[in-house]
Amino acid sequence: MSPILDYTLWVCFAVLSVALFFALWRLFKGPTLPDRVVALELIASMTVGIIGLYAIRTGRDAFIDVAMVLAITAFLSAIGFARYLEKGSHRDDH
Amino acid sequence: MITDILAALFVLAGSFFMLVASLGVFRMPDLLTRMHATTKSGVLGAGLIMCGVMLFFIDSSVTLKALAVMAFTTLTSPIAAHAIGRAGYFIGVPLWHKTIKDELHGRYDEETHVLHSSAAQKEAQEENSSQN
Repeated sequence: MSPILDYTLWVCFAVLSVALFFALWRLFKGPTLPDRVVALELIASMTVGIIGLYAIRTGRDAFIDVAMVLAITAFLSAIGFARYLEKGSHRDDH
Repeated sequence: MITDILAALFVLAGSFFMLVASLGVFRMPDLLTRMHATTKSGVLGAGLIMCGVMLFFIDSSVTLKALAVMAFTTLTSPIAAHAIGRAGYFIGVPLWHKTIKDELHGRYDEETHVLHSSAAQKEAQEENSSQN
């Protein structure tokens, strides 16, 4: 790995950590449940990115499988939450 | 060497778009604008990072897997955003106070989950059902 890519990966990890912090803040604060679901979906998407960066850093391509599975699981969880919100009974978040 | 630099550029661009998506979800005022920020930028960020992965491992199996990740996120993210946005509107998540246009206002029946083409048509239908 060339040193340029090595330094760039550190910068990217830092940027994604800051981004995760912002999304986590929305997850804690988000006034309604759909806001939290949106934040969770973004966190899953960013975790896919972090796994991709980690695969480059370690040089192991097996991590890409994990990213693939996580991408599918995030979609299923979002659909499940949407269905729960639409068809579910009483909630107390707003 | 040159592929490493290209991979670094792609990964950096992907991380930047992820940060933009995250700032959007942090700063935007209501649910729909937050979703507008996250769904597009998040998918673009993940796709660019996967492009960087493809360029770093120049290998057909890794390229196929990374393309699969890109295809999954590109196909599923609009569907998930549609489902969450629909659910959010139907359960009455408040819109931003500066929202100019709400086309569904008065056309959606919260009890029956039916959309009407206009408020007048909804009233006509209610009159019909009360007469019957």
